[in-house]
Amino acid sequence: MILIAIISLGGIGAAGAALLYATSKKFEVYEDPRVSQVQEVLPAANCGGCGFAGCAGFAAACVKADNLDNLNCPVGGASVMEKVSAILGKEALKTEPTVAVVRCNGDCDARPQLNQYDGVSNCAIAAALYGGETGCSFGCLGMGDCEASCNFDAIHINPVTRLPEVIEDKCTSCGACVKACPKNIIELRKKGPKSRRIYVSCVNQDKGGVARKACTNACIGCSKCEKECAFDAIKVENNLAYIDPVKCRLCRKCVVVCPTMAIHELNFPPRKEKEADSTVKPQKIQPETAATVTPENK
Amino acid sequence: MEYVLMFIAAVFVNNVVLTQFLGICPFLGVSKKIDTAIGMGLAVVFVLTVSTLFTFLMQNYLLNPLGLGFMQTVSYILVIASLVQLVEIILKKVSPALYQALGVFLPLITTNCCILGVAILVIQKEFNLLQSIVYAISTAIGFALALVIFAGIREQLAMTRIPDGMKGTPIALITAGLLAMAFMGFSGIV
Repeated sequence: MILIAIISLGGIGAAGAALLYATSKKFEVYEDPRVSQVQEVLPAANCGGCGFAGCAGFAAACVKADNLDNLNCPVGGASVMEKVSAILGKEALKTEPTVAVVRCNGDCDARPQLNQYDGVSNCAIAAALYGGETGCSFGCLGMGDCEASCNFDAIHINPVTRLPEVIEDKCTSCGACVKACPKNIIELRKKGPKSRRIYVSCVNQDKGGVARKACTNACIGCSKCEKECAFDAIKVENNLAYIDPVKCRLCRKCVVVCPTMAIHELNFPPRKEKEADSTVKPQKIQPETAATVTPENK
Repeated sequence: MEYVLMFIAAVFVNNVVLTQFLGICPFLGVSKKIDTAIGMGLAVVFVLTVSTLFTFLMQNYLLNPLGLGFMQTVSYILVIASLVQLVEIILKKVSPALYQALGVFLPLITTNCCILGVAILVIQKEFNLLQSIVYAISTAIGFALALVIFAGIREQLAMTRIPDGMKGTPIALITAGLLAMAFMGFSGIV
């Protein structure tokens, strides 16, 4: 009995193995070995930031493509693309590292709440319904679609300000939050030397007075920064200033002239002539400390 | 008529997930999006039908004549596992599109208890071959139905405000329980 059992089970197993072997030989699909090589150097985050379905799709596209001009892994950045190009023998385009930047600084103090939203807690749905709980119909809704979209735990809604904050070390600039934000507040900007960068932290396109009334930190399109900029990096369009990250030389003059403190500087050392700047957080200038560097207080 | 009744019984009255509590793992695991739920459901329909056919044949023409009924479970697992592997290899070559759609789910359901459960139930109930196939297909459709309904509810749940302690698995289990109670309402129609 035992013998029959062993023989029959072994027989089934052996028959199955033989059958599998035969079919796997017969139905073999040729896969370029370079695809798995490329896949090994990729970050394996499967975030889709490259525009392909996961790292496997990106690896296949890299092998297939004639050149790597349009292919870039935003998570791995230049170092990973270098490895990929070494495997494939194709030139990879040099890309500057970027990082997600939240262009809204309308925190609870700056942007008074005018009404109470009681619907589904989802930015995309809330944005389709109306302009938000405050007078600014451009600003952050604060329901955390960006937070939910992030695969890297790099963006979180600050419970105090109800604005998202990017953890720079974790951000891979995959662009998931950029797509998730229905208000187009988040932008991928050049990381800059020593992570120093200057940007207009507002997307409000209302006329100056309207914007100012809705939010004290809004860009009012006064063009002061545009005039101050010596490098032609700032353009005011639709009552909103925009700093071109490529042209900007990080001179910080625009930060000082902005009457609403809508222009933010990140990771700069404290200004020398100011004394009370030890309270400056590395992330962003707080409104109180920024006030000390405005021309009126000089 | 017999087969229609068998279909209704297997899909609604004795739903494999919500009444017999088989295959709970993918029911909770792959039910966050309707798309993946449909993919999983299709894969289960496919694998369950094929594996039931093969295990039925093996039971009646190999195990029973040799008097090896006690080896049912172990030999079933062996056959189902290699069968799914076989199907996967062939599918990859013959239909890459279908392989892409089912690819992830095929190996997942190899050792699913609802596959093995149905293969054994069919023998226990002493069905003939045609009855077994109909039973397997309708059970799998019942599984897919439960999965898709549950995924739909969970998609809605994801956008609602849920108390912190209930987020994730707890609310999913409560929902599954309520859904099972709803399916209890079908009991007695067949």
